[in-house]
Amino acid sequence: MSENLGKQRAYPMSNESNDSETTITAATEREVPEERRHRLTKSELRADRPTWCAGCGDYGVLAIYQKMLEKRNPPHEEIVTLSGIGCSSRFPYFVNTYGVHYLHGRVLPFATGLSVARPDLNIFVFVGDGDAYSIGGNHLEHCARKNVRMTVVVMDNEVYGLTKKQTSPTSPIGFKSKTDPWGSQIPPLNPIKKLIAAGATFVARSVASSPNHLMSMMEQGMDHNGFAVIECLSECVQFYPGAFDDTHPRRGGKFSEVPADHDIGDDAAAYRLAEADPPGYFGVFYREEKTTLNESEGERVRQSQRRFDGGRDSEVLERLMERLT
Amino acid sequence: MSQLSSQMQEGPGEVASPPGKRLEEAVLRIAGNSQDGIQSIGVMLARLAGRSDMEVMTYMTIPATISGGASIFQVHMGTGEILSPGDDADILVVFYQHSYDRHLPSLRDGGLLLYDSSHVEPDNEGLQTRGIKSMGLPITELTIETVGGSGKQKGKNIYLLGLLANLFHFDLGKARSLVEARFRKQGDSVVRNALLALEAGWAYSLGELSSEYRLCPAETRGVNKVTMTGNQALAYGIIAAGVRFGAGYPITPWTDTMEQLRQELPFFGGTFLQTEDELAAISAAIGAAYGGVVAMTGTSGPGLSLYSEAISFAVMAEIPLLIVDVQRGGPSTGLPTNVEQSDLELACYGAHGDSPRVVMAPARAEECFYLAIEAVDIAYRYSLPVVFLSDQAIATRIESFKMPKPDRCMQLIVSDRKPRPYHKPYPLDSVTRHVAPGTRLEDGAYPHVTGLEHDEYGYPSVNPEMHTAMTRKRHKKLDLLASELPVPEVDGPMEGEILIVGWGSTEGVIRKAVDRLRSDVSGVGGLHLRHLSPLPPGLTEIFDRFERIYVVEMNDGGRYGCGQLGRMLRMETCCPRIQGINKTEGLSFRVDEIVDRIREPRGAEASNVRESRQTASLSHE
Ligand SMILES: Cc1ncc(C[n+]2csc(CCOP(=O)(O)OP(=O)(O)O)c2C)c(N)n1
Ligand code: SF4
Ligand SMILES: [Mg+2]
Repeated sequence: MSENLGKQRAYPMSNESNDSETTITAATEREVPEERRHRLTKSELRADRPTWCAGCGDYGVLAIYQKMLEKRNPPHEEIVTLSGIGCSSRFPYFVNTYGVHYLHGRVLPFATGLSVARPDLNIFVFVGDGDAYSIGGNHLEHCARKNVRMTVVVMDNEVYGLTKKQTSPTSPIGFKSKTDPWGSQIPPLNPIKKLIAAGATFVARSVASSPNHLMSMMEQGMDHNGFAVIECLSECVQFYPGAFDDTHPRRGGKFSEVPADHDIGDDAAAYRLAEADPPGYFGVFYREEKTTLNESEGERVRQSQRRFDGGRDSEVLERLMERLT
Repeated sequence: MSQLSSQMQEGPGEVASPPGKRLEEAVLRIAGNSQDGIQSIGVMLARLAGRSDMEVMTYMTIPATISGGASIFQVHMGTGEILSPGDDADILVVFYQHSYDRHLPSLRDGGLLLYDSSHVEPDNEGLQTRGIKSMGLPITELTIETVGGSGKQKGKNIYLLGLLANLFHFDLGKARSLVEARFRKQGDSVVRNALLALEAGWAYSLGELSSEYRLCPAETRGVNKVTMTGNQALAYGIIAAGVRFGAGYPITPWTDTMEQLRQELPFFGGTFLQTEDELAAISAAIGAAYGGVVAMTGTSGPGLSLYSEAISFAVMAEIPLLIVDVQRGGPSTGLPTNVEQSDLELACYGAHGDSPRVVMAPARAEECFYLAIEAVDIAYRYSLPVVFLSDQAIATRIESFKMPKPDRCMQLIVSDRKPRPYHKPYPLDSVTRHVAPGTRLEDGAYPHVTGLEHDEYGYPSVNPEMHTAMTRKRHKKLDLLASELPVPEVDGPMEGEILIVGWGSTEGVIRKAVDRLRSDVSGVGGLHLRHLSPLPPGLTEIFDRFERIYVVEMNDGGRYGCGQLGRMLRMETCCPRIQGINKTEGLSFRVDEIVDRIREPRGAEASNVRESRQTASLSHE
């Protein structure tokens, strides 16, 4: 065993120029005042052409996301678009930002690691109802409880789209899928109630066919310092067409916004509001300012480092191991 | 009070060592119940030996239940190189009759028995025929006498520590400072009582025994040493490796490394998260690694099963990641507090698809430190997950070893976030180097990291040639690493009759077995592997030079008469002379088990050292 493994190295080692600079140079446009910074354009945010079916609700979410980024103009390299697996989760390929297409149901813990390790980033997560509420349901609760900084949009089509029409945890009773051809008999879960019960600090509901409303919800989610979830109904025209006609005035439905007198700091009131019959209310149900995991972990690091008053890592390690001599 | 004179027995033919004679090594076993604080005197004794320039190696059993249940601590102290926790004890301390009954067979003939005379009635005749000396003392009463208070048994372990420290001629001042450090947090009166107990134990008259167990001064005198468990060494190795993010879920025997990282990574600006489960743990670690922070996750057996989908992602997406598995007995919940080496195949192959990753295993506590550094280095040089396979024996064993020099071995891996003209995440002709988010790309095209098969830019691809090329590329990283590894060294002659191959915590016993076999076998060598996937080069040539190759493993010999590494070695070298020596008792090998098995080969089908009668044949009836 060699004890001389010590080396300093910067990754990635660039393929063409290999300089030995080792310090983190977060050369971002952050220092540049907002007004003078290069403004992101729609075409800069475009990537692969979406492969969704024509008419899929997910197009609406993508368009609003790009529009919001254009409007809010965060440094391009600090935007990260993450997803799980599903039709909706193809999202990162269709937007030109740093992107990760992770595993079915596990993107929230991935985002947790990224968010805590890199609190400087703007993290957006796009997942389907199966991903968020079924296979990833446990992670959703724990992210809510821990209040990890990120914005999550659940594109809820009340069906499994990518795997071609199986019952999802939000499919209504009576919904005929390939796994319940006689109509589903299990009551759907209520995402808003689940999130509030878990301690989420920003819970909103929107629908992909109402672009202005969705834009407002996503902006508020982005501005929220903590775990923000937007449950966004997004129609699967292929396997559950018409699922959200009842939210659409032009299709004979009704789009009811959260009543103006609703106290968004009152979790019990939010919970009751979420119990309204379909299609329910749209808007911010609940918001709370609470210490984020990012802040509490950051504070722990600051306090711990104070104990060794800024000693070099190797000195700190030596001092820790000296206790065992 | 002393019953020494009446019960001190001289074995026939055993001559008491003349005063001044010094021992080179001694194996001490303490047996009682877990609430007797046996682990904690064991640890203090090991540390005391470490501070007294001894090489130390210990052996612990932690009962699965937290309180109650039998517990032992074995410490092997010596002045040369201590390779194993020791087979038989030279000195046995027993608190209860059941400890006496169970552990007396592990005391060597001519050894010393110390027992609590309030609870144990030894069979003096039996002791005499085995030449065992014995000394009984009412430890609990003596402790209460010094410390006062109720019948609480607390403190008797410290009394015993004082007695043993005196027996081995350790320094009382060093013992005092250890005890003070151990109890400082509990307040002055606790420290005072503990010191009283320690000194009373120290003052207990040992009579003739007092000169018999003085250890030689060590050759390594003056070398600054640390005394720690494998799990502690692993935690420090992880820190020294440059890891600054970790995530895990508690599971024995991995947990204490995780607790230590949770508390100590923040000193280095890092974070360790306790997640809701192992699926989240490895995912969080992959997320942090993607963010450009060196990351790890760790677990034991069942957790490694849960990791497998994410390991497959890390292989596909080419994410550098350290994955620790501290193996325990399996399958399923198995034997949570026992040792086994049965996760090797899972570590090498466990996950869907062709998913090559690196697997390494330390052989001792000290190596947990240095090998963790190497593992992270490899993860970054080849941009892939590296599985680090420790085991329960290494994890819980306390060793003393030369204090590492952090200023010389500490690795610093930082992500370079300077703007760059463009980035191609998955080049086919060179190893992937991810850029972390936050890095401006001047061409404005930001890359995707994905678990879907992809082209060089990270966009999904089902092109047949692309999948073939990318699959080959991921595999070639292992070929490249294998070609860069050194040929492993054989302990002993370069050719001969027998080669004993092992991995992980069996290194010490194998080396002792090799030593012992030297007297009657012409040409016996040992080979201990740290790199298990890819295997190092040169194995075929080494095996060609030996007539019989035994692979010693704590796992099942399976259908072919050799265990998990044995099968992999057969695959690697096509050598038909490989056979296994396997043990599945949840316990470490004893030296004689290996030696006996080699001296009387029984044929490949019965490769386990002991096979239970019930399963020797199995049928449907
Ligand atoms: C571990 C695992 N199990 C199952 C799948 C198959 N699978 C892919 S997407 C999906 C469900 C998709 O439904 P949803 O999350 O609602 O997304 P949508 O396609 O409706 O947008 C399933 C079951 C998978 N990729 N991984
Ligand atoms: S299957 Fe449904 S969810 Fe998937 S792309 Fe088509 S319409 Fe959208
Ligand atoms: Mg869906």
